[in-house]
Amino acid sequence: MPTAPAGTLYRGREGMWSWVAHRVTGVLIFFFLLVHVLDTSLVRISPETYNAVIGTYKNPVMGLGEAGLVAAIVFHAFNGIRIILVDFWAKGPKYQRVMLWIVIGLFVVTMAGFLPRHLMNVFGGE
Amino acid sequence: MTAATPIPAPRSPRAGTSRRTTRGNAELYGWIFMRVSGVVLVVLIFGHLFTNLIAGQGIKAVDFGFVAGKWASPLWQVWDLLMLWLAMIHGSNGVRTIINDYAERDHTRLVLKVVLVAAFVITVVLGTLVIFTFDPCPAGSPTDLLPSFCSA
Repeated sequence: MPTAPAGTLYRGREGMWSWVAHRVTGVLIFFFLLVHVLDTSLVRISPETYNAVIGTYKNPVMGLGEAGLVAAIVFHAFNGIRIILVDFWAKGPKYQRVMLWIVIGLFVVTMAGFLPRHLMNVFGGE
Repeated sequence: MTAATPIPAPRSPRAGTSRRTTRGNAELYGWIFMRVSGVVLVVLIFGHLFTNLIAGQGIKAVDFGFVAGKWASPLWQVWDLLMLWLAMIHGSNGVRTIINDYAERDHTRLVLKVVLVAAFVITVVLGTLVIFTFDPCPAGSPTDLLPSFCSA
């Protein structure tokens, strides 16, 4: 009796995982956007209300959340450019794997520029 | 010999643009929109993050006076309006794709899409109204909470 081939799970490697990450970061950013428009709309109620709600965001936990949000946006942005190149550049599909590593490299550089500045604002004294 | 049985003409090959579909090209335009708006959003959102989180005092400086100061400039009004609309259409279309992929029952897909459309309309209308009806110097508010140009 023939045995089932071991591991029938689809393993798309870099292409699949970048697709997964693009979806996850996209959904995350979308839900943040809904909340972000709602909290910003509080400026229409009164300066006190807006400052009170934004004030509750100014703590280390939310500061780390903001860092995570920016990380999601930066990945989604760079990987989105990669997707466009895969679609429209004749050699895009051939270099899609290399381009993912370029995306990751640019992500690291961008976050290295952003994180120290942001974390100093979040954790630093006055 | 009796009359020849009529034989229908072979189906003609597809002739370029005369191809008939029942769904039109909406999905194609959606696909193009994701790419075009994506490029624009990279510029708009990176600019937004830079001015709000990196320039000046970063996140600490964000309060009513900061927002009012920015929206005193038509540039930031247009910037934020464009960002709101493009990001909401881009994001909603992305979530629509995800609903189509994972919600298998017709009823579930319908319910989720109704919720999605409601969230889209509420967020876009609210955000647009706020940008256009915003008063940077509301009467009776403490001056220290307002942008400096209110007391000038």
